[in-house]
Amino acid sequence: MTLALQTFALARSFAVGRRLIGPPRARVHAVRPMSLQVRQGETLGVVGESGCGKSTLARMLVGLLPPSAGRIEIEGRQLDRADPAAFGRLIQYVFQDPVSSLNPRKTIRQILEAPLRHLHGLRGAALQDRTAGLLASVNLRDAFLTRYPHEFSGGQAQRIGIARALAADPRILILDEPVSALDVSVQAQVLNLLGDLKSRLGLTYVFISHDLAVVEAVSDRIAVLYFGALVESGPAERVFATPRHPYTRLLAASAPVVGRPLGGAQSGELPDPMNPPPGCAFAGRCPLATALCRQEAPVLRAIEGEQFAACHHPLAS
Amino acid sequence: MRLFLRLLLRNRLAGFGAVVLAAIVVLALVTPLLPLHPPNATNTADRFLRPLSGAHLLGTDHLGRDLLSRLLWGTRLSLAVGFAAAVTAGLAGAAIGVVAGFFGGRTDNLTMRGIDMLMAFPYILLALAIVAVLGPGLMNALIAVAVVNIPFFARNIRGVTVGIAHREFIDAARLSGLGNAGILWSEVVPNVVPVVVIAMSTTIGWMILETAGLSFLGLGSQPPQADLGSMLGEARAALITAPHTSVVPGVMILLIVMSVNLLGDGIRDALDPRLRSGALARPMAATRVARRSVPPPSGEGLLRLDGLETQFHVGSRIFRAVNGVSLALNPGECLGLIGESGSGKSVTAMSVMGLVASPPGVITAGAVRLQGRDLIGAPYEVLRGLRGSKVAYVFQDPLSTLHPLYRIGDQLAEAIRAHAPVGRAEARARALRLLHDVRIPNPGDRADAFPHELSGGMRQRVGIAMALANDPDIIIADEPTTALDVTVQAQVLALLDDLRGSRGLAILFITHDFGVVSQLCDRVAVMYAGQVVEEGPTAEVLAAPAHPYTRRLIACVPELGAGRRALAAIPGLPPAVDDLPPGCAFAPRCDRATDACQSGEVAVSGSLHKVRCHHPEGRP
Repeated sequence: MTLALQTFALARSFAVGRRLIGPPRARVHAVRPMSLQVRQGETLGVVGESGCGKSTLARMLVGLLPPSAGRIEIEGRQLDRADPAAFGRLIQYVFQDPVSSLNPRKTIRQILEAPLRHLHGLRGAALQDRTAGLLASVNLRDAFLTRYPHEFSGGQAQRIGIARALAADPRILILDEPVSALDVSVQAQVLNLLGDLKSRLGLTYVFISHDLAVVEAVSDRIAVLYFGALVESGPAERVFATPRHPYTRLLAASAPVVGRPLGGAQSGELPDPMNPPPGCAFAGRCPLATALCRQEAPVLRAIEGEQFAACHHPLAS
Repeated sequence: MRLFLRLLLRNRLAGFGAVVLAAIVVLALVTPLLPLHPPNATNTADRFLRPLSGAHLLGTDHLGRDLLSRLLWGTRLSLAVGFAAAVTAGLAGAAIGVVAGFFGGRTDNLTMRGIDMLMAFPYILLALAIVAVLGPGLMNALIAVAVVNIPFFARNIRGVTVGIAHREFIDAARLSGLGNAGILWSEVVPNVVPVVVIAMSTTIGWMILETAGLSFLGLGSQPPQADLGSMLGEARAALITAPHTSVVPGVMILLIVMSVNLLGDGIRDALDPRLRSGALARPMAATRVARRSVPPPSGEGLLRLDGLETQFHVGSRIFRAVNGVSLALNPGECLGLIGESGSGKSVTAMSVMGLVASPPGVITAGAVRLQGRDLIGAPYEVLRGLRGSKVAYVFQDPLSTLHPLYRIGDQLAEAIRAHAPVGRAEARARALRLLHDVRIPNPGDRADAFPHELSGGMRQRVGIAMALANDPDIIIADEPTTALDVTVQAQVLALLDDLRGSRGLAILFITHDFGVVSQLCDRVAVMYAGQVVEEGPTAEVLAAPAHPYTRRLIACVPELGAGRRALAAIPGLPPAVDDLPPGCAFAPRCDRATDACQSGEVAVSGSLHKVRCHHPEGRP
């Protein structure tokens, strides 16, 4: 099976306490060296809590943020960092907040035309046809083209955001919490639309969310991030059903599920990113942690079949 | 644009300023056409003529020149110079600010330090220095005034640009293939222009004054050319003997600057979206009440809402946020209130203690009874005594509800002392005990932390501790875990559940998450468009929803463990609450709706499991 997107030890750190001259006081590692593979036509779900580096990863994948180390390959070719438009034609981004991702002073037509003009050089009638077609593909009426973003509800604005991403005619869409700002009834509309578009246009998705149930409902494979590192990955139907990493188990147990008593109420918080612990970042919260976990960081390894986990003491199925 | 003009003219003073300024500008524009004496023709025989003397309407100056003519020509010049200086300073300052704010980092640092240096000089000294270098003359005075005002614009615009540069639509434009120049021009500048206009409108008067000041000192317009400042300067020597020569230009300066400033303030208020929505109006201490009758109590209950209606009156539009909500909360019970955004669940909760901001909020009907006593329309002192001590709130975002500048221990102690007559030491001890009760590790150390030093979960625990401070009977929790991560959410929910058991608290829990409701609540009420459409024991409502809305809402929520599947979305959108359809508000989206649903109020049926529907699920 061909890979649509692959990262090799992709990492990003941020300087903290920058000085006018000289090196910064400290560096925070938002994403630790991470190698991901996304297959052609699949949806990779990325889950994790705030501070796990999922948004930083997403911004690196679309070229909005240069990585500190590592590289990205799309369909076997390394991405050329010199040209942001080259990114744009291959991989596009759908933002979390649909309203803030649309310029309030531009009409929908202007917003949709920008990628068509700048990435594909369309002009005149071709441009008109394509904008109208885009709007139709996300089930919105032509009349909306002359309106401004504030006239739309969250769900409609998110459809426009999706139409803009599709305007670039990309191979891959990075969906960064695309439905978490929407109400549940609208959320389902947008998720179903995304599913239709994927099969119709042969797209590959990276779906980032903190909502485990949503990720499970839309993904083929799921990657779980914790403290900037990939701790578990595997087929969507396996990861939460039979978690291998204790953190994944904690996540799955914490998710509120109808008819299940309150669970996962263990205490503990993320380690201090300015002063990360040696060894496994989850050791401080982990019931299974041993001396080994506190000394040596575990590497991601195959546990069973397609399921990978970065844990010294993986859970049995 | 029409809206802008209407807002502008609603402000009487701004309207007055606009009229005065328009009159002055028209006079200045038509000056060359008026039958005036030549402004620079001297006639020393007729010097210092009083106003209304013969041919000279406003009298003459020390050289016998006609004051009216000089005044109009001078006004023309002063206005032009002030306006040119404002535009120059505005454009140059905005350009610097936009570039510094957009690129950030070193560019920003170097530019803004340069601007800071410019600001370190007293402005008039700087202007004098610039004129001294360039030589006196009106054009040089204009340059000096413009340069002196650049920092004001640069700093203002930089701040706005920094905010815009981090907005997501900038990233989106980058992904659309735009370069830096394209983004600056097409994305940033259009959003900055209103701010530049506002800043210009409020400073143009100041610049006219500054130019007049330089001319007064003889550094601006050179004789015999008249501008308002030089007229004042020349009249200064005869201030006592011929006061009219000073008063005439003085009054004109006063009129111009005052009208410009009044109009500028008006423009600022009309363009600022925050002021437009009424942020300047200070909300009243309790929500305004305008109800005709008090409904009789419909039953028992610790807290009982009977036919509560809360509306927002904005201009001529009435937003009916809550339309006759009746609920009861029993001691020790947890009632879930579930609904989508805009369904009125938060407004219902805020109405209980009169916390809906007024204006624009008005409670138009219904009663809220706490232990049988009606709170709607109760005097503020009564409400204040009950807020926190009987009914306490926990809000969604603890970062915005905790004061950022006080240590959390002190804030807790303050909440305790607001209701209990205890000393500082005792209040602090109680605060530490509360922090311990909400399972904050090391309460002694954490009490001295500021809110930003705590994680989101810890902050929400502090929020809960604050709600518990005075041992209330009821906690109203408005989406308290929505902003938290799932593992932290589970901790906070478990904490609330424990506290409810150990303290016998009744909880009104507002959420949009069925999973949370099922884990925490005994009963659940589902809201849609300001009405409770279904209410009953949680397990029963979730297992066998009777209202079509509840059933379909549950069907759209993906559930962990259900695997990959298509979701059954509800087509359409909830109705706008200022334009509710007659009959059932859900009817336009409902597949069971009939003609009966489209008109007339739908009554509630059922006693334990209530539903507001003509065709409930499970029945034909």
